Amino acid sequence: MAETVKLLGTKGSPYSHRAEVALRLKEVNFEFLHEDLAHKSDMLLRYNPIHKKIPVLVHEEKSIVESLIVVEYVHEAFNGYAILPSDPYERAMARFWARYIDEKVIPAFWMSCWTDGEMQKGFIGQAKEALTILESQLKGKKFFGGDSIGFVDLAAGMVAFWFGILQEVAGISLLNEEDYPVLCRWADDYCSVEAVKESLLDRKLLVAHFASKKEKIFATKAPVYD
Amino acid sequence: MASEKGVMLLDFWVSPFGQRARIALAEKGVQYEYKEENLTEKSELLLKANPVHKKIPVLIHDGKPVCESLIIVEYIDEVWSDKATLMPSAPYQRAQARFWADFIDKKVYDCGSRLWKLKGEEQQTAKKEMIDILQLLEAQLGDKKYFGGDSFGFVDVAFVPFTSWFYSYETCANFSVEGVAPKIAQWAKRCMERESVAKTLSDPKKVYEFVCFLKKKFGVE
Repeated sequence: MAETVKLLGTKGSPYSHRAEVALRLKEVNFEFLHEDLAHKSDMLLRYNPIHKKIPVLVHEEKSIVESLIVVEYVHEAFNGYAILPSDPYERAMARFWARYIDEKVIPAFWMSCWTDGEMQKGFIGQAKEALTILESQLKGKKFFGGDSIGFVDLAAGMVAFWFGILQEVAGISLLNEEDYPVLCRWADDYCSVEAVKESLLDRKLLVAHFASKKEKIFATKAPVYD
Repeated sequence: MASEKGVMLLDFWVSPFGQRARIALAEKGVQYEYKEENLTEKSELLLKANPVHKKIPVLIHDGKPVCESLIIVEYIDEVWSDKATLMPSAPYQRAQARFWADFIDKKVYDCGSRLWKLKGEEQQTAKKEMIDILQLLEAQLGDKKYFGGDSFGFVDVAFVPFTSWFYSYETCANFSVEGVAPKIAQWAKRCMERESVAKTLSDPKKVYEFVCFLKKKFGVE
């Protein structure tokens, strides 16, 4: 019988990762459909005609897109693990920090990797500030979500796994134990969670992938996540 | 910002983002204190309530700040849940509402700003983009009374403040919203029949005066 839940995504994408971890936390049976982003499938274009991006969650023939919206949907539509807090104020805070990661942390870090000279210095300054602010949100907790991973941890998946890989390929050291001991400890703990481990590609493969695309990314600044 | 009971909104009169919060509060009948911020000289309260972005709107509820307009609207909807529900109840419809609100966030303000900031080719490109955005939203609205269906909802709240900017967009870029997206124009009129919207939205002519002030400030001619 065909699965009623399908996830169109790629293992290389931190956005697809968010959706995948959410499904695994809820123990949902789903089919992972790997997209070739250079040749987008008819299915992807049909289910996400406006943005044409992954991840796309298809549940009973209806599609949900935009990774954080997918995670909120998974939290609401399936029983079990609570990805978002139950208190409205805590929920607002979780949404705020997830958005902060998307709007400030990731863009500054990304551009720090793929620019040079004065421009790079500027982005590195922004990235450092953003990482400091993000780290302060851990406030002595094991995870952003408390004792177990939650919405903000999933949003920060890219920080936990991809940032180390990207900076290695780019030849910079932004997120390191000396400057961000708490965030680095969190990253290790996050990557050790079962649902996360099952979603992550082998690190060496991802390093090789980004290394092979390095010149292209440097030129276009556009991510290549497949 | 002591743990004072009550609701306060730090805002700026013409901000469509602040207006989203005001409309949501009005729909719910929530009493609150409105504080107009001088954005060239931000108050200590604003800097303390939103140290990360230093932006309005900020909702302060019993001393606790909530930032980012759509997050504020969802918060208002969840806390004052007994009246005028803005978000649908089913997960799929909720995801759809969030998608369109997010789409409006990512596209309308930015494209709108380019309509008055730019000239020539670049302005024409922005104009085409704005028309595409309006027509996409019109297709989403369809023949429904509101984006939320029969009831005024989350997407309506997210988009309606921008309708008082239509006059400015039309004047700067020389096109007509009614001409390119008549259903959106009609929806805007319907929304203005709601007290929460009519009392919140800025007069389009005043918005245009503000845009002209910004143009002078940024040296756009």
